[in-house]
Amino acid sequence: MPPQAYDIPRLLPLGDSAWTVEFAGHIDPTIHGRVMALDARVDDARRHDPAFAGVVDTVPSFRSLTVHFLPDPDPLALGERLLALARGAEAAILGGRSWRLPACFDAALAPDLAAVAERHGTTPEEVVRALCRTEFRVYMIGFMPGFPYMGGLPTELHTPRLGTPRKLVPARSIAIAGEMCAVYPWPSPGGWNLLGQTPIDLFVADDDPPALLAAGDSVRWQAVDRREYARIERALAHGELHRQNFLREGQT
Amino acid sequence: MSGCLEVIDGGLDNSIQDAGRYGYRHMGVAVSGFLDPLFAACANALVGNGNAAAAIEIRGCGLGLAVRHGPLRVALSGPLSASVLRHGGSRQELDAWQSATLETGDVLRCGAVNGGTAYLAVSGGIDVAPQLGSRATHRRTGIGGIAGRLLATGDALPCPRLAGNACREYRAEPWRHLDGPIRVIPGPQADHFTNGEFERLLASPYRVTRDSDRMGMRLDGPALVHRSPTHVDIVSDAVAPGALQVPGNGQPILLLADCQTVGGYPKIATVIRADLPRLGQCRTGDELRFAKIDLPQALAIQRRESERLARWQNAIATCQPASYLDEAALYTCNLIDGMVRAEPPTHD
Repeated sequence: MPPQAYDIPRLLPLGDSAWTVEFAGHIDPTIHGRVMALDARVDDARRHDPAFAGVVDTVPSFRSLTVHFLPDPDPLALGERLLALARGAEAAILGGRSWRLPACFDAALAPDLAAVAERHGTTPEEVVRALCRTEFRVYMIGFMPGFPYMGGLPTELHTPRLGTPRKLVPARSIAIAGEMCAVYPWPSPGGWNLLGQTPIDLFVADDDPPALLAAGDSVRWQAVDRREYARIERALAHGELHRQNFLREGQT
Repeated sequence: MSGCLEVIDGGLDNSIQDAGRYGYRHMGVAVSGFLDPLFAACANALVGNGNAAAAIEIRGCGLGLAVRHGPLRVALSGPLSASVLRHGGSRQELDAWQSATLETGDVLRCGAVNGGTAYLAVSGGIDVAPQLGSRATHRRTGIGGIAGRLLATGDALPCPRLAGNACREYRAEPWRHLDGPIRVIPGPQADHFTNGEFERLLASPYRVTRDSDRMGMRLDGPALVHRSPTHVDIVSDAVAPGALQVPGNGQPILLLADCQTVGGYPKIATVIRADLPRLGQCRTGDELRFAKIDLPQALAIQRRESERLARWQNAIATCQPASYLDEAALYTCNLIDGMVRAEPPTHD
């Protein structure tokens, strides 16, 4: 039997400074839709409901929303209000932004592409085509600032982490592990399989907003060659292009 | 004109912190900020600042500062003292829990913090440019403070100058942290462990290992066994400072201010807010004991601690500045010999 959502959402204390409202134990786009619907309702309540005056952060994740708060005015009342909002939070149509982000899958930028193709009995070209056909959903930003956990990877590309993590993953590497796709915002150690690179920065502290992607966004990769990759990189550096230019048409 | 403190010796593990960076955790940005907000609030209060003003968090040794544009008032809190070399050549000891006014050309050298956390507050606060709404340094991601890193020799720390020198200083009794066990609230994933495992957590001391920093402390004690192998991992969700994560080896990791925003290990329990400052004073080898409480109890403890801090701040007394020892002058005048005590009078 496939995993089910809980009959009623669970309200879990994360100490005395946060509540986690959990809808299910597994990863599922519908569950995440409810998480994002609750996030929107909390956002709205923070504007007018005094019970939410102590809320300092809300963190959506795959199957739950965590609401961090200060001790005032009343965390117990806040918990009750959260649970009431959660019960009515139905999966909304994804309200996030929709991105088409350039990605270069040139072998020099994709150290694990050949091995991933071989593992699944296919060619690097076919892996790239499958990646670019996929509409990825951003479930959560975490691990480091701007790091997106994106679901939707086709089953035939599900791949375990590397046996030995790399000491240094280059910034803006596109990577897969398990059923997830992600991008490393800056150089860091990491155990995911590296399939390419994007010329777009995932986190720029002095931009508003600093993180390119947010939970609820959707992302499609658009394959570009090395030359186009370098052109975009340069144009971004010189301010001739902006990150927002990669939103799909009709969005701001 | 603005004041300026120059770092003449960055020492080890010293950083600019404040009350933390809120409003960005959904983007994966850690809160960071003071490891011990109570000690920080004390140092800030001694120089007339609010609790959240940016100060220097001292976790290592060797910090040396020179006043380039004074006067400034400074105060230390925590397990540390410093010496002040006046621009005139005299020397003065500066203990924690009292303020001193420094003039242009004065040099302050801090001793070592041997485990634990101390603070140096400056009147008006350290005024580096905030990043994402806070001056707190998060070293791992290079955000806040000065270029997101520890203090280094040559850094210039802007801070407002004192308007006039009222020729008085401030002092208070050392702040005493609560003692007894560290209080936790079970969860959010206490159900990934059998009841017996939770009892084990409460019954045994857990030792702070060397593998500890501002992100968290790895603890060493009886292993906590997950309910089943499938309970070792969770679908990642949000974490917070104070969370006790338990990875597969059963040895808990106690998260602190610089922790990531999300994690994939079950959290058996979470330390209450009022006890987080105490964790900032832990040293390698310390033994922690945990006690279980519920949310209403935690909120009551937090209220009492806030009131206790307000009482401490109200009890700050003014005192005359320590008379600066001008040894050359004293010897010349032949007024005294032997030991000289330079403690300020304790009236007021």
